[in-house]
Amino acid sequence: MATQTETGAEHFADITNPVHWFWGKLNWDIFPFYDPLILGTFIVTIALGVGVVGWLTHKRLWGYLWTEWFTSVDHKKIGIMYMILATVMLIRGFSDAVLMRIHQALASAGILEFLPPYHYDQVFTAHGVIMIFFVAMPFITGFMNYVMPLQIGARDVAFPFLNNFSFWLTFAGVVLVMMSLFVGEFAATGWLAFPPLSGLEFSPGVGVDYYLWSLNIAGIGTTLSGINLIVTIVKMRAPGMNWMKLPIFTWSTLVTNILIVASFPVLTATLALLTADRYLGTHFFTNDMGGNAMMYVNLIWIWGHPEVYILILPIFGIFSEIVPTFSRKRLFGYTSMVYALCVITILSYLVWLHHFFTMGAGADVNSFFGITTMIISIPTGAKLFNWLFTMYKGRIQFELPMMWVIAFMITFTIGGMTGVLLAVPPADYVLHNSLFLVAHFHNVIIGGVVFGIFAGITYWWPKAFGFHLDKFWGTISFYGWVGGFWVAFMPLYILGLMGVTRRLSQFEDTSYALLFGIAAVGVAMIAIGVIAFIIQIVVSIRNREALACGGDPWNARTLEWSTSSPPPYYNFAHVPRVYALDAWDHMKANDAQVPKEGYVPIHMPKRTPSGLIIAGMMTVLGFAMVWHIWWLAALGFFGSIAYGIYHTFDYDRDFYLQPDEVRAIANGRRPVAPAE
Amino acid sequence: MANLTHPAKPAKSFDFYSTDPTSHVDGHHDTGTMLGFWIYLMSDSLIFGILFAIYAVLGTNYAAGPAPADLFEIKKILLATFFLLFSSITYGFAVINMQQGKERQMTTWLLVTGAFGIAFLVMELLEFQHLWHLGAGPGASAFLSSFWFLVGTHGLHVLSGTIWLAVLLVQVQKHGLNEDNKRRILCLSLFWHFLDLIWIGVFSFVYLTGVLL
Amino acid sequence: MSSSQLRISPRASRVGLLALGTLALSGCNLVVMNPAGDVAAQQGDLIIYATVLMLIVIVPVLVMTLFFAFKYRADNKEATYDPEWDHSVSLEIVVWSVPLAIIICLAGLTWVATHRLDPYRDLPRISATKPIDQNVSPLQVQVVALDWKWLFIYPEYNVATVNEMAVIVDRPVELKLTSSTVMNAFYVPDMVGMIYAMAGMETELNGVINSAGTYEGFASHYNGTGFSRMRFDVQALDEAGFEEWTAKVASAEQALDRRSFVELDQPSIDEDVRYYGSVQEGLWQRILNMCVGDDELCMNDMMMVDALGGGGIAGLYNRELYRGLCSADNPQGVFAILRPDLVDRAEEITAAMDLLPHETPQMSVPTEN
Repeated sequence: MATQTETGAEHFADITNPVHWFWGKLNWDIFPFYDPLILGTFIVTIALGVGVVGWLTHKRLWGYLWTEWFTSVDHKKIGIMYMILATVMLIRGFSDAVLMRIHQALASAGILEFLPPYHYDQVFTAHGVIMIFFVAMPFITGFMNYVMPLQIGARDVAFPFLNNFSFWLTFAGVVLVMMSLFVGEFAATGWLAFPPLSGLEFSPGVGVDYYLWSLNIAGIGTTLSGINLIVTIVKMRAPGMNWMKLPIFTWSTLVTNILIVASFPVLTATLALLTADRYLGTHFFTNDMGGNAMMYVNLIWIWGHPEVYILILPIFGIFSEIVPTFSRKRLFGYTSMVYALCVITILSYLVWLHHFFTMGAGADVNSFFGITTMIISIPTGAKLFNWLFTMYKGRIQFELPMMWVIAFMITFTIGGMTGVLLAVPPADYVLHNSLFLVAHFHNVIIGGVVFGIFAGITYWWPKAFGFHLDKFWGTISFYGWVGGFWVAFMPLYILGLMGVTRRLSQFEDTSYALLFGIAAVGVAMIAIGVIAFIIQIVVSIRNREALACGGDPWNARTLEWSTSSPPPYYNFAHVPRVYALDAWDHMKANDAQVPKEGYVPIHMPKRTPSGLIIAGMMTVLGFAMVWHIWWLAALGFFGSIAYGIYHTFDYDRDFYLQPDEVRAIANGRRPVAPAE
Repeated sequence: MANLTHPAKPAKSFDFYSTDPTSHVDGHHDTGTMLGFWIYLMSDSLIFGILFAIYAVLGTNYAAGPAPADLFEIKKILLATFFLLFSSITYGFAVINMQQGKERQMTTWLLVTGAFGIAFLVMELLEFQHLWHLGAGPGASAFLSSFWFLVGTHGLHVLSGTIWLAVLLVQVQKHGLNEDNKRRILCLSLFWHFLDLIWIGVFSFVYLTGVLL
Repeated sequence: MSSSQLRISPRASRVGLLALGTLALSGCNLVVMNPAGDVAAQQGDLIIYATVLMLIVIVPVLVMTLFFAFKYRADNKEATYDPEWDHSVSLEIVVWSVPLAIIICLAGLTWVATHRLDPYRDLPRISATKPIDQNVSPLQVQVVALDWKWLFIYPEYNVATVNEMAVIVDRPVELKLTSSTVMNAFYVPDMVGMIYAMAGMETELNGVINSAGTYEGFASHYNGTGFSRMRFDVQALDEAGFEEWTAKVASAEQALDRRSFVELDQPSIDEDVRYYGSVQEGLWQRILNMCVGDDELCMNDMMMVDALGGGGIAGLYNRELYRGLCSADNPQGVFAILRPDLVDRAEEITAAMDLLPHETPQMSVPTEN
């Protein structure tokens, strides 16, 4: 029985109507009133939004937010804003995951298919896009922004305004993605939007356009932030900190940002070409007129594989800080850790083809890329061993960050193993696109990146706010996440071996129901983890007096712990000189005392609203382009350029903080005391 | 808790906190700008790298339409090339004058550079107009898509460089040759020479091979 | 829906590692580990070999993690504590060289297996116990992915089916695949691993099924709204059964010609099985070259024009000019008439044609009909 397809295109107005020059493709029909699920979400979101805005207005916090946060160029505040953004988006992306798990559990049991394919396909696309671009990326950018300058004894990043601008560009991407939930639709193409499916012929709606504009705007922000952080590390290290005295997290930040700068332009170019195919009628990736869709697949993975390492390398850095701190011991094999990072960085460019062994390349090509992929496991394995030998002969304190590390080491090892399995091309022929693959990359992304993010949050939270996170709720969150992960994804491995592919929303075979059911239980456990994490934050903020701590609560080893918690906005009244790796540990061993006098003027950047304003105009540009409102797009485009030029006429961008003021701030703070 | 990590190490004297203002890392951001701009140029050259790669793959997919030999007017392109090459030289003169503090001469050379830039852009627009009138727009074949995109992206860069140049001229008028402006002129100089370099690639790889092969 | 669930394969004993898991999940059919076809079986076996190899290093890591975490916990004051110990050349050599050694073994295995199980390669054997019979040529099947159904053309029998495929037990199958829509992947887990099917391109897959039954096949690369429903059955029949099946298909009234293909090409979901009693000659070439409709210029003609130096400005408005170029006896001659402006460069262009690799050997569009 043949049914006509529903692609969603019929919801859109006829653009040939001359009235639409003003509204573009916008009209009342695009709002998904027909879908009670979205409508309900919409109403809840609007209610929440109104509530938050009302509360902020009631508390008269807008001025404070504007001057202290939105327009701030302080790397610490920008870092925290990245983390908040990522946490909010984690909830959105996780809701998508819950929807998918419930849908698959019910549909595979033949009970109910509550999401039609057209809707389900948007959900899994949004889940992937949001989790990678707007959860994992902002989290790691947040960490790098917050921690790295403190670790190298710098007072800010190299380009503070650019840092603020990068954040707001990421925010612009988030705004567009969130808008697509209620205004129109999101892409239903999978998270990498392979053409020809993502081309105009097969996806005529606005979903792919939202995808393209949101990722391109956010991607530019990421590239700029990458340039910024590289220059910061190269140029702004404290005196005496040579390359082999660089804290290992800063090393991982450096190689990560090199990867960003050397891969995000590929994403930008590739998405721009797809955008051209959709807007200008070019034939880069079309089926006909000489286009070549395989080109897109290659290009997007030339960005996409390094992206995987962009996510995991900073996390390796976080673990490399946490393990020595809580083992009360120096990091084992610092030098080989650094080399391992560099080797992974280079190798990550030589493996992209393993994402499409099944596209028909010859055996020589497939074996080459399979073997290069396996080689990456050698430096990665060496890193794991080095953490193990750091624990060896240590005195391991099982604080929350360390618990996350242990969970990571076990989970990630298994994920790494299944990854090498998938790198064997003939094995990939039977596992590609299956739920085995889905289980594998969640195994390394949740078991690696997410666990690392939570480890990092619990580790550096006391530094950022001056009080610990509540341990009880943190432990619940830990067990929810770790247990939930295993329960949710082990069934997917088995389903993959049963030949079940990813992205299915309808099932004929009810024998999958049990395993999908178990996976749904797992996601419920993760939900407990997510909720406990939020409760943990709320409880900790309420009990902040009881949980208060000094500058160095973990008796840690690197420079960020040598200043007070939270650090003053200039970070260090006196910039320390570095004589050894683990500079702060070395200072403590030699009874370093922070001088109470001898303050010199500190040169600091001024806050500026330019980043927010330009990024705001670019959001307008993106939105207008999605809906073909050409006059508004022109306004956004020329507006952002004009404002950018206007910004360059501001030569008064910094000021000197006078010694008296520094003294006043320094004396008003909690003294830096090693481990109370 | 006792310091476990260094149980029995005698305290040596280290000068951990220098209060000497001259040795102070005081957060001056100027030193990084040139490095940052270099890194930006590297990332930009990656974009061009992709566009060249696309052209290498799709450049012979004419879709039974015109090939380079049918379209390119190599003499005009050569003229445009010389405009751009000369503009690099005149920018060089401007930088020499800037370093000698000769603001007026520098302004003149920058104006000449800008004029060459505009001349190049006009030539490019004329070429695009010519192709458009023939019907060889970016949608006509994969070859033309990659051609328009590669050359057009370079053209957009030259356009933004020219606008930047104009802005800088105003700023030099307003504020004179201060440190900020000098740094900006040097950055634009890097950008301008970079575009020249890319154009040499475009000219040899797209136009010359297209017409000669 | 598939009878394969009840199948007890002799391979099961070889899947020792998974035996426990299989017991625990006796309701599950781990088709990837236990398929009905020899190629898929070898691919599945590789998963086990590679896993065993890697466990050599994975198990110690897991054990050490738990053991170290337990032994060196802070309140175990008995354990040695050496905060300055951060380096050991011999240990470093071990942690780099042991994984290296394993990866070298795995790389060797990968190289050999990837070449042996190359989907483009003719099968070297029918099963572990049965050698190939040189006198029997592989069964040819041409597969087209459409939105959202599969078309199978049997050129030797001049019949075609939609959403149902039949093969002969123990006779190699050579599939040629293309797509008339977006990227797709063709996957029959019981027969052989998947390969993509893409418009304007031909990919190839060689496989075999070793025991009779009905197996499941599907599109394994997401391709839009109808993705979940783009499934079909594969019947593995004995020779007689297959002859019977082809006769049944051949008796269908409808013929697969250009017109009925264009009808079939309209997007639809959950399409019923359909038989075509005959297939118009050259249709596969037209599908492959994306010119089943009347208006399109065939890809192979277009590529021939491009190889000869493009169709000129005229080609922008009058692409039909070049229709049928590939099937001409003397394409260069035809071209000389079509593009007189390039005649004086004919030799040069012909020479350049030989130099330019206009087709990759495996994903090519044939340049002649």
